[in-house]
Amino acid sequence: MPAHDVLIIGAGLAGQRAALAAADAGSTVAILSKVHPVRSHSVAAAGGINAAINPEDDWRSHAFDTVKGSDYLGDQDAIEIMCSEAPGEIMHLEHIGVTFHRNDTGHLDLRAFGGASMKRTAYVADITGQAILHVLYEQLMKYHDRVDRFEEWFNTSLLRDDSGRCVGCVARNIRTGEMRTFNAKSTILATGGVGQAFKPTTNGLICTGDGMSLAYRAGARLMDMEMIQYHPTTMTANGFLITEGARGEGAHLLNAAGERFMEKDAPNKMELASRDVVSRAEQREINEGRGTGPLKDSVLLDVTVVPKNRVLEALREIVNLGRDFAGIDITKEPIPVRPGQHYTMGGVKTDINGETDVPGLYAAGEVACVSVHGGNRLGANSLLDTLIFGKRSGQHAAAVAGSMQMPKISDAQLRDDTRHIQEIIDRPKTGRRISEIKEELGVSMNQYCAVFRDEEGMTKGKEIVNRLQEEAKTAYIDDRGTVFNQDVLGALELGFMLDCSEAIVTAALERKESRGAHSRTDFTERNDEDWLFHLTVSQDGEGADAPAKLDKAPITFTQWEPMERTY
Amino acid sequence: MSTTEDTTKTDDGAWHGDSEGLKEFTLRLRRFDPESGKAPYYEEFVVEMEPHRSVLDAILTAKDHEDGSIGIRCSCRAAICGSCGTRINDKPGLACHTHLSDALDRSKDGKITVEPMGNMPVIKDLIVDMDAVHWKKQQRVTPWLLPQEPLPVKEHIVPREAMVDVTQSMACIQCGACVSDCLSMEVDPLFIGPAALAKAYRFVGDPRDSRHEQRLTDLANDPHGIYDCTHCFKCIEACPKGVAPMNQIMRLRRIASADHDIEDVNDGSRHEHALVNHVKKWGTLNEAQLVPDSKGGKLHPRSAKEIASSVSVIATALLRRKVTPKTALIHHKNPNQSEIRRIYSEIGARDERLELNLYITQPDEPEAPGDQDSSHEAQIESTGDQSAVNTPATDRTH
Repeated sequence: MPAHDVLIIGAGLAGQRAALAAADAGSTVAILSKVHPVRSHSVAAAGGINAAINPEDDWRSHAFDTVKGSDYLGDQDAIEIMCSEAPGEIMHLEHIGVTFHRNDTGHLDLRAFGGASMKRTAYVADITGQAILHVLYEQLMKYHDRVDRFEEWFNTSLLRDDSGRCVGCVARNIRTGEMRTFNAKSTILATGGVGQAFKPTTNGLICTGDGMSLAYRAGARLMDMEMIQYHPTTMTANGFLITEGARGEGAHLLNAAGERFMEKDAPNKMELASRDVVSRAEQREINEGRGTGPLKDSVLLDVTVVPKNRVLEALREIVNLGRDFAGIDITKEPIPVRPGQHYTMGGVKTDINGETDVPGLYAAGEVACVSVHGGNRLGANSLLDTLIFGKRSGQHAAAVAGSMQMPKISDAQLRDDTRHIQEIIDRPKTGRRISEIKEELGVSMNQYCAVFRDEEGMTKGKEIVNRLQEEAKTAYIDDRGTVFNQDVLGALELGFMLDCSEAIVTAALERKESRGAHSRTDFTERNDEDWLFHLTVSQDGEGADAPAKLDKAPITFTQWEPMERTY
Repeated sequence: MSTTEDTTKTDDGAWHGDSEGLKEFTLRLRRFDPESGKAPYYEEFVVEMEPHRSVLDAILTAKDHEDGSIGIRCSCRAAICGSCGTRINDKPGLACHTHLSDALDRSKDGKITVEPMGNMPVIKDLIVDMDAVHWKKQQRVTPWLLPQEPLPVKEHIVPREAMVDVTQSMACIQCGACVSDCLSMEVDPLFIGPAALAKAYRFVGDPRDSRHEQRLTDLANDPHGIYDCTHCFKCIEACPKGVAPMNQIMRLRRIASADHDIEDVNDGSRHEHALVNHVKKWGTLNEAQLVPDSKGGKLHPRSAKEIASSVSVIATALLRRKVTPKTALIHHKNPNQSEIRRIYSEIGARDERLELNLYITQPDEPEAPGDQDSSHEAQIESTGDQSAVNTPATDRTH
């Protein structure tokens, strides 16, 4: 049985950064991931990473933009930490090899991004996430003698000892089917978001909310789960993401009449207002009949106004995407886009060191809710979030591990999980197919928990989620094998997504106001008097059927009082 | 039966579901279950989908609706994560990046055959063991930056072009498509290979790395290193991201030999010089001279040994009249040799080496004719980056 000071689950940017930080602090480290680390969805982050590195910029300006972007739901102490540590982190990334784009003097170049008061987004063409992820993996290969990598291991449960402390996890080797316990003094969740609970989504098939659900089942609170980001520019043809970098480079959004409709919503920032603002504006244009296309369900993103050579240099990935996946040369014609599910602002509630409610359990990145994004995440703040809080979690976990003994674990959970997996494999083909339930979940969440929401729709959504939870108990799979049985993992992932969906819809029904990405047609205004706090969701009691319980958590304010939000 | 997201029409007639209509496609998947004790076999699945949808979409539809045990790695569906490297109708690439219609066009039997990638052991169905080959080779090239110490307080100040240049190899998503069809690796499984050597260029081309010469000396002297590539272009054709691994290997060679004067034990550098000199002298390759010249000249002890060991080959060639003593000894000269010499002197007169880098585009470069009207099919056929190919530019390296 492997035993390490620090165990990290998930190997995207947050997980890899945590692993490197913990190893640098002298810990023994294991990093476990259900996919090879470079397949993690951080790879898809395109546009860049924010940091106030321009001498004329100030991290406080970045912090204020973030607070405002969050619609004052973000915790300001955490935002201050993220923004003040950002420039140092960018320099660290540069030093370990990230090939950031340079300006003519050879310094880091910066591009404009949504919701930012000045250019502060460092980038590598439009493959920034990929470039950083691959460079971190280079470092993991460098650290091969200090960080044990468990690639293609699927986490089935978190382990807790009698005192309630998290002491590791149970995981399945996808390649062999072997089940094993991993013992650790501290465990860091870095498993990403739950985009796959929505269809369509920009998220990869692996983004199934594993860590959120596992922490929830282990007793941790989830926070801000109602805050789901719809990205303003996803391709209508297939739901793929077109980076905000396109608008950062100057692209326009047009309605059917060819109007730049953002004039109405954000006369100053125009297309570079916060994502929630732009997505709502687009959805309004579409809902009011000014959409393009035969179904009038799109607006147009016009990249042709950006000089072609700049497009080819800085936005080449979306040129390829348009050409290969929609048959459109974006350098010559506008491309139909619409808002699409992109990011979960909420997640496992943590403090500024990544610690969750469960002792010994940390969370960092999209799985976590520190909360630095509050009601709406700014573009290019997610990579920053993963790295800063990945690093802090790794460092804190390592410091704690240095002063404690390896906790004892039993293999009761291992036996339970093994039995549960066998039970799924053995199910008779009498229920529904897993894929059917997943499909219905995605379509329903996208219908009832989208850009605009109301009581009636969300109530329906909640009923559907609850019904699907029941149906999932008897849903069957085809694969009876042990080697790469992706089918049975799909069944487990469905369970994770259903937990998260329940939390999302429960919190969204509760918040009777419009704030950030949570926009209700029955409560259209922000209401600071009654709703200026976080909502948390936790499991009321033990066991898989325990209902969701709502609570309030205070927002931390340091220097910025809530103000009206205009762009 | 479609699980597709609702695809919609656009005004200009770009791809969309309704007007294009659904079409039946027959997938022929290579199945292998290591637990069954049975040999691999092929299984057919019929799916109904829009022709512009990807082979991955079709496989996932079959998996969702008919057989959940079909094994394939996948995540992003947008050619970014690099999971779904496969061989489709004998051509390596990403399943998510291959349209059903294009795959069908390449098919000989009206079916879309999908198999696991080559040069790597198969684990199950379309899943191969990348650790055993691909990642092991990555680890071989010391794949991390070795910067000059002490580090600067802020960022390294480096030319803009240099960072864009190495971004071409950073664009690699480690999908393994180039490894799958590398001919050199088929012959020499120890060949470091296109992906790992492209990764090596990412450091050799990076001005922040302090060990260029050590890296190059290592890769030049490794018998499975940069001179093991046979220049077959397969990896360039296979790469879905325009990384052009072979070009990166050739750049490693040029930098090793021309900039660092590394004379390798594999005679790779001397062989290249010999080739260049032959063309300069005769306009053509002089086979009889090539071996001794690659060894350092006829009189060099290395040549004597090589010629001695080649006697039987030479004798057989003469006996079978593949060559005659006359053609072997008196070499045919190109009649336009003066033209060739002119090219040599023009290139030789340059202060620095100009490299054609198709990844960097220049503002004043005119658009290539025909670009406007080239069809999607043609663009997708070319696995390289068409847009960049149309606006070639040169950059200066080292």
